[in-house]
Amino acid sequence: MKTETAQLPANRDTKPELSPIESAVLNDYKYGFVTEIESESAPKGLNEDIVRFISAKKNEPEWMLEWRLKAYRQWLKMEEPKWANIKYPPIDYQDVIYYSAPKQKTNPKSLDEIDPELKRTFEKLGISLEEQKRLSGVAVDAVIDSVSIGTSFKEQLAELGIIFCSMSEAIQEHPELIRKHLSSVVPVTDNYFAALNSAVFSDGSFCYIPKGVRCPMELSTYFRINAENTGQFERTLIVAEEGSYVSYLEGCTAPMRDENQLHAAVVELIAMDNAEIKYSTVQNWYPGDKEGRGGIYNFVTKRGICKGNNSKISWTQVETGSSITWKYPSVILKGDNSVGEFYSVAVTNNHQQADTGTKMQHIGKNTKSRIVSKGISAGVSNNSYRGLVHVSKNAKNARNFSQCDSLLLGDRCGAHTFPYIEVKNKSAIVEHEATTSKIGEDQIFYCNQRGIDTETAVALIVNGFAKEVMNQLPMEFAVEAQKLLAISLEGSVG
Amino acid sequence: MLKIQNLHASVEGKKILNGINLEIKAGEIHAIMGPNGSGKSTLASVLAGRKEYEVTEGSVDFLGKNLLDLDPEERAGEGLFLAFQYPVEIPGLSTTNFIKTAVNEVRKYRGQEVLDAVSFLKLMKEKMALMNIDQSLLSRPLNEGFSGGEKKRNEIFQMAMLQPRLAILDETDSGLDIDAIRIVANGVNKLHTKENGVLVVTHYQRLLDYIIPDFVHVLYNGRIVKSGTKELALELEEKGYDFIKNEADIVEQV
Repeated sequence: MKTETAQLPANRDTKPELSPIESAVLNDYKYGFVTEIESESAPKGLNEDIVRFISAKKNEPEWMLEWRLKAYRQWLKMEEPKWANIKYPPIDYQDVIYYSAPKQKTNPKSLDEIDPELKRTFEKLGISLEEQKRLSGVAVDAVIDSVSIGTSFKEQLAELGIIFCSMSEAIQEHPELIRKHLSSVVPVTDNYFAALNSAVFSDGSFCYIPKGVRCPMELSTYFRINAENTGQFERTLIVAEEGSYVSYLEGCTAPMRDENQLHAAVVELIAMDNAEIKYSTVQNWYPGDKEGRGGIYNFVTKRGICKGNNSKISWTQVETGSSITWKYPSVILKGDNSVGEFYSVAVTNNHQQADTGTKMQHIGKNTKSRIVSKGISAGVSNNSYRGLVHVSKNAKNARNFSQCDSLLLGDRCGAHTFPYIEVKNKSAIVEHEATTSKIGEDQIFYCNQRGIDTETAVALIVNGFAKEVMNQLPMEFAVEAQKLLAISLEGSVG
Repeated sequence: MLKIQNLHASVEGKKILNGINLEIKAGEIHAIMGPNGSGKSTLASVLAGRKEYEVTEGSVDFLGKNLLDLDPEERAGEGLFLAFQYPVEIPGLSTTNFIKTAVNEVRKYRGQEVLDAVSFLKLMKEKMALMNIDQSLLSRPLNEGFSGGEKKRNEIFQMAMLQPRLAILDETDSGLDIDAIRIVANGVNKLHTKENGVLVVTHYQRLLDYIIPDFVHVLYNGRIVKSGTKELALELEEKGYDFIKNEADIVEQV
């Protein structure tokens, strides 16, 4: 994926719509290149020394190291979850490099000090770190392999009291906030991958929006895996204080490699009274080749808590990459009248497997949640929606609406829906709707007869199918995401 | 502009067209009539390039090109338009967006510049006025929840936007009441010029009260068994298809 924010003005006056598909360019995974840059890595494998090594590299305080070691020791006792509808050979956790950083000045004071080669990498991905070149207001934190290489618009945001920086920096500069909030939503022992992440995470982004502030620009983090055999374990924490608002975007790509690479991230969101967090992801990790070789194993824990009354958290995701996606962005609706939303488009093609969905936990009174999931499967892929709506005993007047639609391209792929509903309060209203459809020959022929070729026709049909979710994306992402859907399904019909 | 010679076609091994010969010149309106199962809609589908239909013999020349060599989208680019008997629904895809994509794809094929949002809107407004069609219809998802009449009007509106050289109307009158037929026919007549041809495929004569054909052909058992002027349609209306069937069957036996 590409956060092509610099091109925004050209797209702004047209409605997000299908742009011409330049098939020659789009046939391949565009982001599969490798940046030749010296990097500094930890030896392969995982043990307490590696955890200490990472913590020392980051010059972390003692409490942080203890936190990591606790996670690591717990992880050793845990087992990899097996319940998801995905198949993969056992992962050798000792064959992974847990820390890799491009060699550059450890803490660039300004964006000018960033290695030009790294800057070029991000330029190539369509992300400019040069603030003066950025026409639209999107602040970016760029993370390559294990470290953040730079964050833009920091000063402007600081004037409003907004903190937007890399997680490493936050641990140094804002330890009180980190100690208070980190792992308060996803405990270190929450699950196997979250524990692993807690032990070895090396960077990520931290956002803090103070009371009453409406963040004037989109905040975004762009994650890039570059080094070989390396896992990426990032940690994102967003805290929205009372009455604040923030919209956050996340994008990811990786080079094409024959072996699988591991990505295990944790994202935590905290919304206080009357606060709102909108979190959008366009995930385009390398999906592997047509035979299913290579690709990213994407095991991600994302959870938000609507801690305060009248707060709102909204997840929007467009998942097109990774060979395996295991991800359930969830919302704990603790505050009264709080609202949780989950909008998802997951595309699987060739041999990709996705098991994704959400959990909505209604705890406060008059809480509402809405789930819209659109799964698109092609090739010999498997696409599963897995969702839980839980209404606890005291959650009076909870309301949920879920809609799970699947679209099949061809007859060798699979779509599965696993909805779980647990209601412990009689006043709750929970609705679930599901449909499965196939792209019909008739639809394709109709488009063909109007001069539209089959690839473009599929893109139109798929974008129509996913529209409800695409509409939730910020403008900066919507156009790119539409193109991405088309690219991901290239060659899947006819 | 269109010359069909000895066209044979089958679907799933079953022969449907058994040697069609037909020539349409620029500016002419032809009507193909015939009883159910005579091959009318098959002819329309074969001309548009539907994959399920296999051409086993014969040739079709369209504006100097071998039509049968072209993909359906290339045929559209060359200026062939089919108004569908059953227009297809595409949920979530706005009609405007669909038409804009179609117009620009066809323009690209013809080596014309792609229309930007402003010029497209201008063209659309112009054709909306001509076709007497409402904006609200065009903002809705393509054909989704459209009434029968709305679907057919949308077909003719697309025809206006794509400006084809040859328009084939496949049973455009089916399922329409008389008012809707009049509206659709008016649209077709407004678009008709000396440069383009129209092939009306219909079971009933009533559409031909509004779209006056220069020639009427009767299809039976996959072959044109009788051709004439618009009076032939009236004769069919009066006598029914049986008299054609009898005549044709006698010829067959001889």
